[in-house]
Amino acid sequence: MSRNLHVRVDPITCEAHGMCAELLPEMVSIDEWGYPIVDGRRLPEALVRHAERAVRACPTFALLVEQRAGRERAR
Amino acid sequence: MSGVPGAPSLPRVLAGVAERGSLDLSAHLEVHGPAPELAPGRRGRPGELVDEVERAGLRGRGGAGFPTALKMHAVAGARGRPRGRTVVVNALEGEPASRKDRALIAGAPHLVLDGAVLAARAVAAGEVVLCVSESAVETLDAALRAGAERRVLRERVHVRVIAVPDGYVGGQESALVQHLNGGPPLPTFTPPMIFEQGVGGHPTLLSNAETFAHVALIARHGGAWFRSLGTPEHPGSALVTLGGPVPRPGVYEIEHGVPLRSLIEAAGGLEEPLRAVLVGGYAGTWIDAVHAGTLTLDDVGLGAHGASTGAGVVLLLGERPCPVAETVRVAEWLAGESASQCGPCEHGLLAVARGLRLWAAGAAGESGAAEQRRLASVIRGRGACRHPDGTLRFAASAIEVFGAEFEDHGAAGPCDGCGAPGVLPLPRPSRAPRAPRARAARRTSRPARAPARAAR
Amino acid sequence: MTLLASTSAYWYLTRSTGAVALLLLSATVALGVVDLRRFASPAWPRFAVDELHRNLALLTLVFLLLHILTSVLDSFAPISLTASVIPFAGSYRPFWLGLGAVSFDLLLAVTITSLIRRRIGYRSWHAVHWLSYAAWPVALLHGFGTGSDVKSSWLQLLSAACVLLVLVAVLVRIGWRTTGSPHARGAALAGTGAFALFLAIWLPAGPLGSEWARRSGTPSTLLGKAKRGSAHR
Repeated sequence: MSRNLHVRVDPITCEAHGMCAELLPEMVSIDEWGYPIVDGRRLPEALVRHAERAVRACPTFALLVEQRAGRERAR
Repeated sequence: MSGVPGAPSLPRVLAGVAERGSLDLSAHLEVHGPAPELAPGRRGRPGELVDEVERAGLRGRGGAGFPTALKMHAVAGARGRPRGRTVVVNALEGEPASRKDRALIAGAPHLVLDGAVLAARAVAAGEVVLCVSESAVETLDAALRAGAERRVLRERVHVRVIAVPDGYVGGQESALVQHLNGGPPLPTFTPPMIFEQGVGGHPTLLSNAETFAHVALIARHGGAWFRSLGTPEHPGSALVTLGGPVPRPGVYEIEHGVPLRSLIEAAGGLEEPLRAVLVGGYAGTWIDAVHAGTLTLDDVGLGAHGASTGAGVVLLLGERPCPVAETVRVAEWLAGESASQCGPCEHGLLAVARGLRLWAAGAAGESGAAEQRRLASVIRGRGACRHPDGTLRFAASAIEVFGAEFEDHGAAGPCDGCGAPGVLPLPRPSRAPRAPRARAARRTSRPARAPARAAR
Repeated sequence: MTLLASTSAYWYLTRSTGAVALLLLSATVALGVVDLRRFASPAWPRFAVDELHRNLALLTLVFLLLHILTSVLDSFAPISLTASVIPFAGSYRPFWLGLGAVSFDLLLAVTITSLIRRRIGYRSWHAVHWLSYAAWPVALLHGFGTGSDVKSSWLQLLSAACVLLVLVAVLVRIGWRTTGSPHARGAALAGTGAFALFLAIWLPAGPLGSEWARRSGTPSTLLGKAKRGSAHR
């Protein structure tokens, strides 16, 4: 049973605190201005807990984990 | 304003305007006849009109080209009671080079309002809000007059005209809705989409003014009639704003698929040799003049060059102006139009503009192009709206089409034409740059760079 | 007139937990104000600093609750539970105790909003969080006003540490270029300066002066003759 979860950032609310990249470096990296670049691919099950912790740590609630319908299509 | 000759059933949305100027209600009824009574939308089921619009294959004329029938279906089928649904007519026209919406509202306001009211009935909305830029005084006047005239029609749909502050990103869908909800005219994060939660939190149908004008005609003559002009893949007619070195620039109604050549001829021909054409406005794409001879104005013909009709802006650039200087000017303006809500856009577009300026001044060394490509890959898709992406597309196509000129500037610095006043239209006076949103101190691992700092 | 001595354990506990709570509160506020995240290093990542602030805040609350509980349980001074949460309702040094209640209420608001952060959204949470700027000086004054150890050196040292912690943090934050507008920073600097000046003037004349126990509203039944007891006012 695997869910189709994706990490996403609300760029308007994001204020470049950078906690997400510290707690979920596998999916989030920081650009030259301090803002997160989020990997849009499916979130692996093993990282879900880490992603949820990153979501809780974001001071502005900008980081989101979304469930999308259906399976990730092969690229 | 006129139709391009050779298309006998043009003009459509501009019918009667060339002869009579602005069409008041009685003139409008004379030219187009009364709006038909179509089966309205009920809870969950869209009205009859939506089928016709679907048959017509009408796509939005505001820039995104989204299929109008799909939008109408989405609003009509949205959950919850229909009460509170709104139809928003976007006539803000923040694109500096575009004039078509102004011309349409000034010339045929009732056609636009007809379409909006018909659409409102089809999606069970009770209100139409026509949004006009507050600085477009004549357009506002025409809209208000038309709104007042319509009272005699006793439509059960309430029509309101609103003046909205100027601004490029303010015309974006979610920005306009946020403004109507009492907030700032700035884009919002989606979801929720406005067809689910828009004005007042209710499902909202928002489309460009010209789109509604076409809807009004489709309601009268049917989807098949709409398709009798244009191409099978891109049916119908459209308004374009033609700018550049021609005797008669301005708004024209064309049928999709018409060659660019014909449009230029209708405008009186080129006054100087053509270097390139910008299609779609400042979020659009440059196309080299070598293709101008065979280029057709439809999404398939333009698509072959990475472009689309967008909001119908066609800007011709002659060989006289410096294309590099023009690109830099527009890029700087676009950077200043950022809503400053999203870091990658606010900082990124400034970096793009700065990089282009350095390159044009010969100060970028070998890395001008590489830097632009790198910035594009970092910025793309990371804003809440499509503004940064549009700017990147504009810049990337400029670099490609004007490759030789960029290379020259990179090596030798500014040319003679660099100091000349710009030809690509930008609002005068340009808007004061928006102050960065007051935030708690930016908590980046490096201190925030002040945007005005000159590069070494 | 001096304060009668109490040998109740609660009396000692309430003063000690109060002092510790004040220290923890000062550390929490100082951490929050200076925004240590900007100084984060690989060894001290931002999320860790953030969690330190949150944990210190929780610890402060624990000690604060102990402080309130023990002061209510203690039979020496007539402090009811009501007086500890409803400001100025008590009979023991009502104003100064009341400040404690005010501080507690403010911190309660901050805590509750932090627990339901996600529900109320960032803006509302942040707005309420600003109340912590008020909770600290109020708590400090409460400590000076009600504290019976105010003249003892250990408490003076501790209080000085608390004040220094927060004031230095505020100055660092004001000095940081990217904080707010020049107006906001100027106003903050003025406010800080005014508060420091107030302390410098009021302390010697008030709690550190003579007869403070009586002046601050200690019930007369608790005031004894000068030679009694080792616990000072």
